[in-house]
Amino acid sequence: MRKSDYYPILLMALAVILFPLLGGGNGYFISLLVFMGINGIISMGLSLLMGYAGQISLGHAAFYGIGAYSSGILTTKYSFHPVGAFFIGILFSALIAFLVGKPTLRLKGHYMAVATLGFGEILFIFFNELSPLTGGPSGLSGIPPLTFFGHLLEGTAYLYLVWGFVIFLLLFSLNVINSRVGRALRAVHGSELAANAMGVDASRYKVQVFVLSAIYASMAGSLYAHFVTFISPSSFSLMFSILLLMMVVVGGTETIWGALLGATVLTLLPEYLRGLEDFEVLAYGAILMGVLLFMPRGILQGIRGLLGKRGEVGVPSP
Amino acid sequence: MTLASQLIQYLFTGLTLGSIYALVALGFTMIYNATGIINLAQGEFVMLGGLIMVFCTMILKLPLFLGFVLTIIGVTLVGILFERLAIHPLKNASLITLIMITLAGSILFRGVAMFLWGKDPYALPPFSGSRPVHFLGATIQLQIFWILAITLLAVLGIGFFFNRTLAGKAMIACAFNPLAAGLVGINVRRMVLFSFGLSAGVGAIAGAIITPITLMEYDRGPLLGLKGFAAAVLGGLGSGVGSIVAGFIIGILESMGAGLISSGYKDAIALVVLLLILWVKPSGLFGSAEESELKKF
Repeated sequence: MRKSDYYPILLMALAVILFPLLGGGNGYFISLLVFMGINGIISMGLSLLMGYAGQISLGHAAFYGIGAYSSGILTTKYSFHPVGAFFIGILFSALIAFLVGKPTLRLKGHYMAVATLGFGEILFIFFNELSPLTGGPSGLSGIPPLTFFGHLLEGTAYLYLVWGFVIFLLLFSLNVINSRVGRALRAVHGSELAANAMGVDASRYKVQVFVLSAIYASMAGSLYAHFVTFISPSSFSLMFSILLLMMVVVGGTETIWGALLGATVLTLLPEYLRGLEDFEVLAYGAILMGVLLFMPRGILQGIRGLLGKRGEVGVPSP
Repeated sequence: MTLASQLIQYLFTGLTLGSIYALVALGFTMIYNATGIINLAQGEFVMLGGLIMVFCTMILKLPLFLGFVLTIIGVTLVGILFERLAIHPLKNASLITLIMITLAGSILFRGVAMFLWGKDPYALPPFSGSRPVHFLGATIQLQIFWILAITLLAVLGIGFFFNRTLAGKAMIACAFNPLAAGLVGINVRRMVLFSFGLSAGVGAIAGAIITPITLMEYDRGPLLGLKGFAAAVLGGLGSGVGSIVAGFIIGILESMGAGLISSGYKDAIALVVLLLILWVKPSGLFGSAEESELKKF
C-alpha cells in the first residue's frame, strides 16, 4: 500500500460509517449500499486479474454462485454454521479456480476467457438442474440471516459487515499489488519474455491471482446469500459475469479504486433508470456506450484527465 | 418412433441449429480477423435480422424475396453505422475496452428492439408450405431445407468474396498482418468497416431464415452469440472453414444431447465438448499452434 492511498481509504471508511445515517434507516437505501459493496468485492478481484494479470474471466458469476450456494445449501440442508459454510465455499471456489486456471493460464491468448465462459455456463446449468440440492430454477429459500453473539445482523449492521469486508479486501489488494506477486505481475505486464528470463514464473503468479479473485467472488456470494436469504440461478448467469467485467472497465482497469467506482456506478445506474420503463434498456446501453466512448480508460482516469492530473496511477491497462 | 427415425429427426434439428451457429461463428471470425475484437453484439445482428424480416414481410407485406434482401441491407447498414460511430472513433483504446463497447452496443440494440417491437416473440410463416415432409419416420419441416440451402449459398458467396475478389483478398491480407497490408496500399480501416458490414449481413441472413422455426424476440441475441462464439473458438478463432464446421458440430451435438440424454443439459454438452477439445488441442480444430501464439486475444 502506498502513502497516496491512505487518505482515500480513510475517507471511504468515514463515508461507510456516516452513509447509512443519511438514509435514516431506509431499507431500500441500505440494501442498495449492500449490493454496491458485494459487487465491489467481486470487481476488485476481477480488477486484480485484468489489470495485473492481463486476463479476462467470463465466469466470475459462477464463483459468486459457488459461494452463495455453498452458504445456502450447507446452512439450510446440512445445518452448518454460516462461518463454516463461508470457508467451505472459499475452498471450493479456490480449488475450481486452480483446476481451471492451471492449464489455461499457461497458454497465451483467449483460452482463459473461453475456459471460464464454458465453466461458468456449465455451473449455471448445474445450479438449474441439480434441483434436489439447489432448488432448481425456482431457487433456494430459507437461508438463515447471520447472527453475531445472538444479535441478528440486518439493515445497517449488515451494511457495516459487507463494507468491512470491502475495506479489508481493498487494503489486502493494495498490499498484494505492492508485494512480490504484484511486482512480478507488473514485470510480466511490461514484458513476459523479459520477466521469464529474470526467473519470474509468470503463469504461477497468474494462477495465484486468478484463485484470489475467485475467493473474492465466493466471499461476495456468501454475503449475498445471507443477506437476501433466497437465491436462484438467474443471479449467476453469464450476463452477470459480463456485467462484472463492465464494472471494472467502466471504472478503469488501472487501479483497484476504478473497480470500486465502476461497481458503484453500475449498481446505481439501473436503479435510477427504472422509472424509464420501456426506455430502460435503451438508456442503459446508451450511457455505457457514451462512457466508454468518451472515457475509454474508465471513469476514474476520465475524471483525472478533466482535473488535469495525468499519469502516476498504477500500470497501463492491458 | 424407432431409434433410427429419432436419430434422423435429431440430425435435421442439429443441422438447422448448426447452420445458424455456423453463420454466427462466421460473423465473429470476420470481425476478429480484421480487428482482434470479439464482437459481443453478433447475436443482436441475428435478432435484428429476424425482427426486420418480420417487419418487412408481415407489416409492410413485401414479397418474401424483397423483404429478405431489404433485411440484409438494413442490418448491414446497422453494422456499418455501429463501426463508424462506436469502434472507429477510438483509435488507441485497449482491446478489452473495444470488446466492452460491443457489449454496450448489444445492450443498446436490445433496448432499441424492445422499444420498437416490444417484449413479445414474433412469428413468421415458413418460406414455402407449412406441411412437413416425412422421411424414414422422421417429420421434417420444409423450412429446414430453406435454411440449409441459404446457408450453403451464403457460405459459397462469402468463399467467393474472400478468394476471388480484390476486396476479399485485401481483407485476408489485413487479417494476416495489418501493418504489411497497409504498406502495400490497402486501406486497413476501411477493411474494418467492411468486416462489420459483412458480419452484420451474415447475421441478418441467419436471423431471417431461423425465425419461421424458432420465433424471434428482442432478447434472443446473447444465447445465439454465445453458441456462435463457442463455434468460432472450436473452429480455431480466425478460420472461416473451421467456424462453419464447428458450428455444425455444436448444433448436432446439442440436438443429439437434448434428444438422447437430457434437454436440461443440452447447453452443457456442447460446452463440455468444447472445453475437452481445447484441452487436447488448444488452437481449436482448424487453427495452427504457431498462429495461436501470435493472437492478440
